[in-house]
Amino acid sequence: MTKTPISPTAQPLSLNARPDRLGRFGRFGGKYVPETLMPALSELEAAYQRYRQEDGFKAELDGLLRDYVGRANPLYFAERLTQHYARPDGSGPQIYLKREDLNHTGAHKINNALGQVLLAKRMGKQRVIAETGAGQHGVATATVCARFGLDCVIYMGVQDMQRQALNVFRMRLMGAAVRPVEAGTGTLKDATSEAIRDWVTNVETTHYILGSVAGPHPYPMIVRDFHAIIGQETRAQCLEKWNGQPDILMACVGGGSNAMGLFHEFVNDADVRMIGIEAAGEGVTTDKHAATLTQGRIGVLHGAMSYLLQDGDGQVVEAHSVSAGLDYPGVGPEHSYLMELGRAEYYSVTDAEALEAFQLISRLEGIIPALETAHAFAYLETLCPKLSGQPRIVINCSGRGDKDVQTVAKVLKLD
Amino acid sequence: MISVSEQFKRLRDLKQCALIPFITAGDPELETTAEALRVLDRSGADLIELGVPYSDPLADGPVIQAAATRALQRGVRLDDVLTLVEQISPQLSAPLILFTYYNPILNRGIEAFLQDIYNAGARGLVVPDLPLEEMESLLSLAQAIGIEVTLLVAPTTPAARIREIAARSQGFIYLVSVTGVTGVRSGIADRVKDLLAELRSTTENPVGVGFGVSAPEQAQQLRQWGADAVIVGSAFVKRLAEGSSEEGLAAIGKFCRELKAAID
Repeated sequence: MTKTPISPTAQPLSLNARPDRLGRFGRFGGKYVPETLMPALSELEAAYQRYRQEDGFKAELDGLLRDYVGRANPLYFAERLTQHYARPDGSGPQIYLKREDLNHTGAHKINNALGQVLLAKRMGKQRVIAETGAGQHGVATATVCARFGLDCVIYMGVQDMQRQALNVFRMRLMGAAVRPVEAGTGTLKDATSEAIRDWVTNVETTHYILGSVAGPHPYPMIVRDFHAIIGQETRAQCLEKWNGQPDILMACVGGGSNAMGLFHEFVNDADVRMIGIEAAGEGVTTDKHAATLTQGRIGVLHGAMSYLLQDGDGQVVEAHSVSAGLDYPGVGPEHSYLMELGRAEYYSVTDAEALEAFQLISRLEGIIPALETAHAFAYLETLCPKLSGQPRIVINCSGRGDKDVQTVAKVLKLD
Repeated sequence: MISVSEQFKRLRDLKQCALIPFITAGDPELETTAEALRVLDRSGADLIELGVPYSDPLADGPVIQAAATRALQRGVRLDDVLTLVEQISPQLSAPLILFTYYNPILNRGIEAFLQDIYNAGARGLVVPDLPLEEMESLLSLAQAIGIEVTLLVAPTTPAARIREIAARSQGFIYLVSVTGVTGVRSGIADRVKDLLAELRSTTENPVGVGFGVSAPEQAQQLRQWGADAVIVGSAFVKRLAEGSSEEGLAAIGKFCRELKAAID
């Protein structure tokens, strides 16, 4: 019973104007929020447009990204992983990792948190709130709030607090209040709803650091732009290493921030293939998965029109993934747009496949990836045999897996 | 069934302030909702807002969230809500306004949704997560079908935007009295008085005040400040959910009469 919604603002498909003036990527995106928040979204957009151009803002952000976050992080040639997928004659795809896992706090999330906290400071907001799933965005937000002396409240589903206990401890250690969310399934969707309710209530004093390229405009644009440095560094590093471009970009997609950060720089380079990997949970034929783009229908969640996991009544359904960061029934609107345009491809891998990849990368490269990131690695199994020649693949190694070792030990009964 | 505008016109001629109770469809169960609509209708409700349960009610506080979750857990579907409206609306003198988030509308198809709720007997619609900018196609289709779509004004809405919303809103203008989600609160912020005055100077349309209104004294205060309608939600939903169905129904009947007396 798929239905095509009517959207008066639907634009012809184009790679320009992402987003347009109304915050739309084609028919996706927009601002579907209570009226109370509309002025705050306009204020945020105006502040962003103003400060992003400002030398002082750019200098402060660049300085912190360098000295506090540790950028630029390396583009690393994964030699043993490349050998693992080589053909019998030794040829095959060349696999590189963009090492976002080496950032301060252990994931790409800090890029956006830092950018937004500088905006919050300039907008005169003393209180910051955020949602978190795996806890990486919560940790990043708690970190920047500690660094700038702002009050910080993190909403986190009760189930996620259990699976990511280490991150809960880190956030509290840095002075953030972690508020458990029991509603629904106690995961990222519910934490996001609760953060939005807090913002509706405290909008005049509070900035909401949304952690993915999701939510109402201008968030998908702002979050993408603060992560775009991932792709920009990748371009420069590719030039330096082989004086060329990557052939394939690959990243995991929950809300889609690390993927958008890697892709954005290359969207207009038509010969760079872009692949996003969603979480298929226990399989896309079961009802326990988080494969929004590959299995969902168009709908509205958390302020944006995008693909959405929903039932026949338009009720948002529970997502499932072994990885808390991908356990989300929505996805950033720009991904829906890139998929509809055919500019990016999206596939899914199961919990079991991700767990295999988690161990494989650990053993072959001495890098323990986040369970989220492991989904992108897992797709190499499917992708590599199909490739000819020696294409260069850049995988966004979006986070490190220390936070996941307990979950994995439990699932694999390693302990 | 008369339209929302006609009802307001009738009340204005009588110099009356309207009482608009809100309940969530299917909580505690559909049979009780049906009876609750009849009870409210004969206990002083001038219009009734019926909430369609939704999985992610962003604008709602804990009471209405919990009611929606309970209804969904019992398996209440949009079709069930429409059947209920179809059965009960002919028995009511108060026009029914549906309160629903946007995704269920989008999912059914905007036009189909509007036609279906009109055929069932609803006359008004409030969509709390659909601001003016995203409202266009819904507004024009609704007008053609005969559903009045009421827009919301918040305490954070700037003056110029208030004028725009007031000009587009149909039936009445829904003034959100708090910067926040729905739910019981003590007192009414003085700011509401200024917002009512602002709206008064802007529009001839009736203004209903809701979110956080839960006591007869608050309703009375709002009437004195010039509200054309007082909307009370969580306080009804809470009373209806407590105890047995009979107790709940008796409680909302009594509460409805108290509120109506306060604004008479």
